[in-house]
Amino acid sequence: MLRFALQRLTSLTISLIVASMVIFFVIEVIPGDPAAYMLGMNAQPETVAALRRDLGLDQGLFVRYLAWVGGMVTGDFGTSYTYRVPVSELIMARLGVSLPLTVYALVLSTLIAFPVGLIAAARRGSALDAGIMGGTQLGIALPNFWFAMLLVLFFSITLQWFSAGGFPGWDAGFWINIQALTLPAVALALPQASILARVMRSAVIETLGQDYIRTARAKGLTSRQTVVRHALRNALIPVLTIIGLQFSFLLAGGIIIENVFFLPGLGRLIFQAITQRDLIVVESVVMILVFAVILVTFLVDLTYAAADPRLRRRA
Amino acid sequence: MKRLPMTLVAGALLTAVFAVAALVSLAWTPHAVEGMNIATRLQPPGADHWFGTDHFGRDILSMIMVGARTSIAVAVIAVGMGMVLGVPLGLLAAANRGGLIDEVIMRGNDLVFAFPALVIAILITAVFGPSAVNAIIAIGIFNTPVFARVTRGGALSLWTLDYIRAARVAGKGAGRISIEHILPNIANLLIVQGTIQFSLGILAEAALSYVGLGAQPPTPSWGRMLAEAQTMIAMAPHLAIIPGLAIVLTVLGLNLMGDGLRDILDPKLRRAR
Amino acid sequence: MLGRLKIGLAVLAMVATPALAQRTDISVGMVLEPPNLDPTSGAAAAIREVTYSNIYEGLTRFGPDGSVNPGLAESWDISEDGTVYTFHLRDGVEFHDGTAFTADDVVFTLDRARDEDSTNAQKQLFAAIDSVRAVDEHTVEVTLSQPQGAFLFNMAWGDAVIMSPESVEDNATNPVGTGAFRFVRWVQGDRVELERNPDYWGEAPALERATFRFISDPSAAFAAMMAGDVDAFPNFPAPETLEQFEADPRFEVIVGSTEGETILSMNHENEALSDIRVRQAISHAINRQDIIDGAMFGYGTPIGTHFAPHNPDYLDLTDNSAYDPEAARELLAEAGHEDLTLRLMLPPPTYARRGGEIIAAQLRDVGIETEITNMEWAQWLEQVFSGADFDLTIVSHTEPMDIGIYARPDYYFQYDSAEMQEIMEELDMTSDPEARTELLHEAQRHIADDSVVAFLFQLAKTGVANADIEGLWENAPVPANDLTGVRWTE
Repeated sequence: MLRFALQRLTSLTISLIVASMVIFFVIEVIPGDPAAYMLGMNAQPETVAALRRDLGLDQGLFVRYLAWVGGMVTGDFGTSYTYRVPVSELIMARLGVSLPLTVYALVLSTLIAFPVGLIAAARRGSALDAGIMGGTQLGIALPNFWFAMLLVLFFSITLQWFSAGGFPGWDAGFWINIQALTLPAVALALPQASILARVMRSAVIETLGQDYIRTARAKGLTSRQTVVRHALRNALIPVLTIIGLQFSFLLAGGIIIENVFFLPGLGRLIFQAITQRDLIVVESVVMILVFAVILVTFLVDLTYAAADPRLRRRA
Repeated sequence: MKRLPMTLVAGALLTAVFAVAALVSLAWTPHAVEGMNIATRLQPPGADHWFGTDHFGRDILSMIMVGARTSIAVAVIAVGMGMVLGVPLGLLAAANRGGLIDEVIMRGNDLVFAFPALVIAILITAVFGPSAVNAIIAIGIFNTPVFARVTRGGALSLWTLDYIRAARVAGKGAGRISIEHILPNIANLLIVQGTIQFSLGILAEAALSYVGLGAQPPTPSWGRMLAEAQTMIAMAPHLAIIPGLAIVLTVLGLNLMGDGLRDILDPKLRRAR
Repeated sequence: MLGRLKIGLAVLAMVATPALAQRTDISVGMVLEPPNLDPTSGAAAAIREVTYSNIYEGLTRFGPDGSVNPGLAESWDISEDGTVYTFHLRDGVEFHDGTAFTADDVVFTLDRARDEDSTNAQKQLFAAIDSVRAVDEHTVEVTLSQPQGAFLFNMAWGDAVIMSPESVEDNATNPVGTGAFRFVRWVQGDRVELERNPDYWGEAPALERATFRFISDPSAAFAAMMAGDVDAFPNFPAPETLEQFEADPRFEVIVGSTEGETILSMNHENEALSDIRVRQAISHAINRQDIIDGAMFGYGTPIGTHFAPHNPDYLDLTDNSAYDPEAARELLAEAGHEDLTLRLMLPPPTYARRGGEIIAAQLRDVGIETEITNMEWAQWLEQVFSGADFDLTIVSHTEPMDIGIYARPDYYFQYDSAEMQEIMEELDMTSDPEARTELLHEAQRHIADDSVVAFLFQLAKTGVANADIEGLWENAPVPANDLTGVRWTE
């Protein structure tokens, strides 16, 4: 097991190094100069040069790469060109919006998907099942930004139940923020819930087909009892994997939704930073997202390996 | 042959509607798609313009038809790109199972998966400028590991089969076996996956052109139509609703078709459905 | 619901304590977030829209009509030859951090802006300054190398606000000025909060708190206004929705002028575009009213030269390049450019993106094909503006009195005309008002006759505000949201 973990750790490190190089050098070739962008149309070339010196942009590409990577290892992500504050500070502030939004969406999606998937599995082949399956197909086909637009039209502009967007900040109170995150979370959750419900259904059906479940049925347990006691527990593994994947997807994938609801989250930070050519912010945020996914994958692999020794040999 | 599954029929019909619209638009649209007429802008659906007109007075129906072409073209080519790159990688990895090449390909796969797709798409267009071609490349890149993984998975189980082992013993090279025996046997798998990726490609294209990174004006695209309609949603809701429905119905059609195809082509899975 | 709740609370407060009847806070919407809060090292209009006159003040300041008024300088004397300005500074002014405002701060600020390492985006404003000297604690003497008619005007710009050496380093994130409001906090990506400066030297503003909220998405801006999340949006990004606000008694639509001449720029290095007949053809192919209606939903004034129509020296030359597709086709045939394809680069604003699509359709109508590329600002600045790698582009030139750009042969449209350069040189050295008017007319006619670019329209300032707010600037002589005179009437 230890050897397996070490092996995985090595490949994780290599992956991270490759990722950091790809990220840095791809982003640095983006046309557009942050200093020129900041100083606008009337700036004189010498002024732009002075600002580039100020920002440290006059140093070589490789020197800056090393400085960036070296800084990240010690937890220093550099200073934003445009905001002039530490990048880590920016990221922490934005995580305060993106993280709750992601968790909220995930909770909603799970709360919808579990019962729906279970019912569909238990009533497999019935009209109800067909209806649910059709509904989830529709949910998957729904572009979340379009759904978000419809939510705003209906709940904000017409009914005025929810504010159309924005984020009051956690110091303004808990519920007011939860309210602000509700429409975005719903917009994110529905398509995810549809996917999850389908996974849930097939996972439960799969386990229901296995011998020990048949035995349980033969022992006289009711259909509901079997589903809840046995099938559900065993179906959890694929479902949890999907939830894990959705978490990282939602964290980065909220970009468009954050724009629709003007939430100051991580996604909008990237968007804004790209427009302003605040490259150091883009690089650091992308690196963190990649790191998060690689780490989650690593942990999932380890858990699987711990649970199933056969997998260790395969690695 | 048994009765075709309902999902396949419904999906194929739905998909066909948009495919036909796209094809017809090559030769004919109800109105010139680039024809602006500021005087007749923002008209609700009516006799002259079945789906109404947009903020430039262009005919929405015509734009939806040409937009279908844009969406389908981008998605098909991106899926093609993913297959062309991904399938050989998957075959190679499977042929090398357990070896270094396998490990490198699979780790590379994980790495691509680890990148946030939309952010990368934005970066690609920031480097090369927004265009349909760059949208294709962005979507294609993320299709590649999907096909590599599916191919490898399918191929791995085939490599354990006796007749493949026999071929190996008979002296056939791994490359020849991959092409002659493995590939034909995983074709069904690839068709099903291709359909799914196709529908995801339509969604991705819509998202990219919604944020302004897809096909450039005056070429109509559904995502950009939605973006442009957004501020007018309260006074001209049809502008936002119609392109959105077009996306949903196309993707729905493709997904249903994918499900149906899987039922026919992959008997192993039928049990679980 | 939230909005209703707020109103409900306000009603309650009104009943309970009549003194609190009037609201003293405001939430102002802006499209772009300022990258930082230091207007002396960054060009973004958003920096000025938050800080100008609210946080920072200059020696002189702009009024809502664009007039130049006394600011931190109470009065000034100008020497006979027009080269020495003696500014008499206000007494008893303090920066927000408590340090006293003195002549040394003025010397520091002006020297810093002129310095070799200066990162001032409008360094040319200070180019005429030869030396700056503190005569005593409240008197500053500025010597110019040559007379400059626009010097007091220049000193009113946001780029010339006075900062103190004690706080200048941190002004990007923690701005310290002398203005009527002081900085409270900045929630990056969302808002900047200000509060009334109790020690302000001038008349105390009616507002106690002001919040600038950053909403870049036009539809989100619309929704925020409608839902009452934002009280005023001085530069509302979606002109198509103004009709709805106008119909709604809760809101007031404020339409004013800006200094933004919106033009279809042409690259004179392009072989076809160096031919005046092709440029004239393009100008005649364009239907300005269609662009104003189609892109700006009717807001904007057609222009026929590069000058603001609200300026007394403006000449209406739109007939020079009236919409005439037939003439355009003939001119193209004459020039031998019957099938021309040009690249059209479009920066992000609505006027450019929508206007570009309409222009592309209009040009197609006379036989010119265009390839549209939508660009972000950073890319546009590098490729189009600095690199002059373009054929056509649409941009609004928002600096006031900027006809001088046509006398700069290295400017991005690469227009090199000795005549125009002479006119502008003469203008620089002329201080007689009548002679200046004459020269300005001549310049306007010259660039119109030469069809240097296609002049489209003057950008309108279209704002939306709660109907109970008064005192917001109607026009935008410079980018600013001066809140010192803003109050709630109910």
